[in-house]
Amino acid sequence: MDLATFWFIVIALFWLGYLFLEGFDFGVGMLLPVLARDETERRVMINTIGPVWDGNEVWLIVAAGAMFAAFPGWYASLFSTAYLPLLLLLLALIGRGVAFEYRGKVNTARWRSVWDRVIMIGSWVPPLMVGLVLSANVLGLPLNEFGDRVGSPLVILRWETLVGALAVVGFSLVHGAAFIALKTDGEIRHRARRLAVRLAPVALAPLVVLLLLVQLREGSAWSWVPLVLALLAAVGAVGFLLRGREGWGFASFGVVVAASMVTLFGALYPNVIPSTLDTVYSLTVHNASSSPYTLTVMSWMAAFGAPAVLIYQAWTYWVFRKRIATHHIPPVHAP
Amino acid sequence: MDVLDVARWQFGITTVYHFLMVPLTIGLSILVAGMQTAWVRTGNPRYLAMTKFWGKLMLVNFAMGVVTGIVQEFQFGMAWSAYSRFVGDVFGAPLAMEALVAFFVESTFLGLWIFGWDRLPKRVHLACAWAFSLATIASAYFILAANSWMQHPVGIEFVDGRPRLTSIWAVLTNNTVLAAFPHTVAGSFAVAGAFLVGIAAWHLWKKHRDSAEDDPDRRVWRASLKLGSWVGIVAFAGLAISGDLQGKLMFEQQPMKMAAAEALCHTEEPASFSVFAVGDVSRADCESVKSITVPALLSFLAKNDFSSEVKGVEDLVQEYRAKYGANYPDDPRLGELAGKPIDYVPALPVTYWGFRLMIGFGAISAGMAVLALWFTRKNRVPPGRWFPLFGILSIVTPFLGNSFGWIFTEMGRQPFVVVPNPTGVDGVWMYTAQAVSAGVSVGEMLTSLVALTLVYGVLAGVEVFLLRRYARAGIPGVLPSWNKPPEPAGADGKKPEDVLAFAY
Ligand code: HDD
Ligand code: HEM
Ligand code: HEM
Repeated sequence: MDLATFWFIVIALFWLGYLFLEGFDFGVGMLLPVLARDETERRVMINTIGPVWDGNEVWLIVAAGAMFAAFPGWYASLFSTAYLPLLLLLLALIGRGVAFEYRGKVNTARWRSVWDRVIMIGSWVPPLMVGLVLSANVLGLPLNEFGDRVGSPLVILRWETLVGALAVVGFSLVHGAAFIALKTDGEIRHRARRLAVRLAPVALAPLVVLLLLVQLREGSAWSWVPLVLALLAAVGAVGFLLRGREGWGFASFGVVVAASMVTLFGALYPNVIPSTLDTVYSLTVHNASSSPYTLTVMSWMAAFGAPAVLIYQAWTYWVFRKRIATHHIPPVHAP
Repeated sequence: MDVLDVARWQFGITTVYHFLMVPLTIGLSILVAGMQTAWVRTGNPRYLAMTKFWGKLMLVNFAMGVVTGIVQEFQFGMAWSAYSRFVGDVFGAPLAMEALVAFFVESTFLGLWIFGWDRLPKRVHLACAWAFSLATIASAYFILAANSWMQHPVGIEFVDGRPRLTSIWAVLTNNTVLAAFPHTVAGSFAVAGAFLVGIAAWHLWKKHRDSAEDDPDRRVWRASLKLGSWVGIVAFAGLAISGDLQGKLMFEQQPMKMAAAEALCHTEEPASFSVFAVGDVSRADCESVKSITVPALLSFLAKNDFSSEVKGVEDLVQEYRAKYGANYPDDPRLGELAGKPIDYVPALPVTYWGFRLMIGFGAISAGMAVLALWFTRKNRVPPGRWFPLFGILSIVTPFLGNSFGWIFTEMGRQPFVVVPNPTGVDGVWMYTAQAVSAGVSVGEMLTSLVALTLVYGVLAGVEVFLLRRYARAGIPGVLPSWNKPPEPAGADGKKPEDVLAFAY
């Protein structure tokens, strides 16, 4: 395997890490007004991701940084073409990050309800935009010979990419519900589990449509394997949750997203962005990549860096492994 | 306005804004880790109080640093796609390293630190504080290496119209970054030190005019004020030394920026340094507006002697035209600028005043630190009605110094975004006008400029509101048990370890 292909896979893995980890963060934020009945329960939910959400978000930064370093052409064309969706993504992430940190810093109901709204919007918008941009990337963008967009800022909006947007939102919803069921105790845990089971058929439908669409248009024989695996894992996840096996259910949703990413990035390869104007303008793993020297440097760095990250992030989850219930929540202390 | 102007305004606004949070985060997190170390080693509750109080302010600020940083990371691709394509082979690597090596450590260990007070052994918890605070320094190094490469490209060859990386080591040990890094880190400590001085002095002045000398609260503020003052004074010395180093490099690497810093229109030998000017420094006879000139000082800044020649703008323009061309390439993607003459002179009023304000505000802040030590000598309390003003001025000046430093550095390299290295690889440079995304419309760019500026404006208000609130509340605001007798444990029958030590 050549280095450029290796880096294509690494970038796919960074995106997978991002969707897996921040997927449930987003789900928790989206479900805040649905699952929590009172202030203490809202705090229970927020504190399940309190120590980890920032670390999870860095997966997005690393995915973007790795694209920049390994495939400057890919990074440049995708980010400038998807300008407005990425702007919305940034604005949402700005609000959301600040909201977690500031929500408890003034002890009034009004202050908290403002930030709750920011958390909610900030959790719905990013998965929509990530889904939109990633599916548009896989299905192709109107790029000219320079790799610049031809057409209006909204060319990226098509029914297929809207399905992609809903796919990531739907996945985040059930993944987040499963996470709450896994990380909390008391009434909210059961509510979350029931909700995950009930939501799953509707919430995962767009993902299934997206996968089939991509498979039928761009897929090959082998890519049916991950697709079927994703479907089986989704059914399995619901089965586990029905039987109260929250850990297994959550892990199965992880398999769903992993198998989906294999299907999507598998269909994309060897392109990194297909051009919908003319295939000679398509950016590929080879014509958009950095030089072998740069890729070698990056590979050494990733070889040492990435395992270290996995180890200490796993350690964080272990340190904060205890389920949280309402009686664990301390009183608010703010000046 | 065309896309280029909007993109430049956006980059300037968002980056300067990001760099308001950055120096405070870097300086304060190291100081807080130091305070926590003092507490772990001595067990003295004063150090715990300091760790908690300054740590809380650091956290309020940290969140803003994080969220504004993501915008920076995305902006290169969104607004400067031609730039990203051109430099990606070299520039992407330090950016990716920053994310992988620094940001992951920062964010993960910060989470462990905030929520881990009761979950981790004391020393492991302390190690987390050091991990994330040292990671902020590491992140500064990588991003400055990237920025320094734009100022002085090294470690490359020119292949197919693009720079190609030949030595990452050369990029990471670029002499430009070796000077810019200590300068920026010292600037960060100047900010953090002044922050301590301003707030601590206010508490002493407001609440401790009559309190006993051994009042624990009073001693916390005295210790903070002393620490902040010394940090600020040492940081300023560091800034002057590293800044002098940068000046010499700038003279070799970016002679036009050097001339622009002085708004030196004609070549001088030896060259004098003007302290300030009255009137327009960009006029052709710029000497006539300058006041209080120190003879030969500019020669010293540039070359370490009092006689060297420093080239003026007019001569340099001729040289640059001969070397890099008189006109922009006739490329339709350059829009209105295609085929037009290149203006090699940066905005002289900005560079001239930027340079002086950087040094001036830094000097004021160092002076404040000295004054603060003087006012509080031998256990005294700061005097006077005007004291709150002193606090505010002390806090604000180093921020301004940092911002003007960046504005000078970045605008002084115009019209280049990648400045040609006079002794480096031929052909590696890029004009800012070529760097902007060609496929993005003015409407899109304006939308993002307006949206980001508005959101940043609102959030600035929120952050300042929260910082003020916590700063005023003092130690009891972060440590409810401060100055109160210990509560009987488990009064309500609950085991205290059941409740989280900290929750959002
Ligand atoms: C000298 C230091 C310095 C400079 C010049 C910059 N930054 Fe920065 N940045 C930091 C020092 C820093 C930091 C101190 O490490 C921050 C502040 C708060 C934090 O979490 O890390 C940070 C945060 C931060 C983050 C969020 C990290 C997270 O989620 O934890 C990103 C993505 C960037 N920055 C990216 C950039 C880019 C692309 C810049 C160039 C235009 C830039 N920064 C300039
Ligand atoms: C790695 C770090 C940095 C990189 C790669 C970088 C890159 C750039 C780029 C691409 C531009 C747009 C082109 C231009 O108008 O000059 C720019 C402009 C600018 N940057 Fe930087 N920059 C970095 C760090 C900073 C920092 C930390 C600051 C200060 C807070 C800063 C301040 C500015 C300003 C004020 C402008 C506007 C200049 C103008 O419009 O003339 N930069 N920089
Ligand atoms: C005391 C004398 C000082 C001198 C001689 C000095 C010199 C310089 C020079 C020459 C540069 C430009 C480097 C280049 O573009 O090639 C620079 C940049 C900068 N200065 Fe200073 N400076 C001084 C004080 C300060 C102070 C007090 C602060 C902040 C409080 C500060 C903050 C900055 C920053 C943030 C930059 C841009 C980043 C960088 O290039 O490192 N400087 N300084």
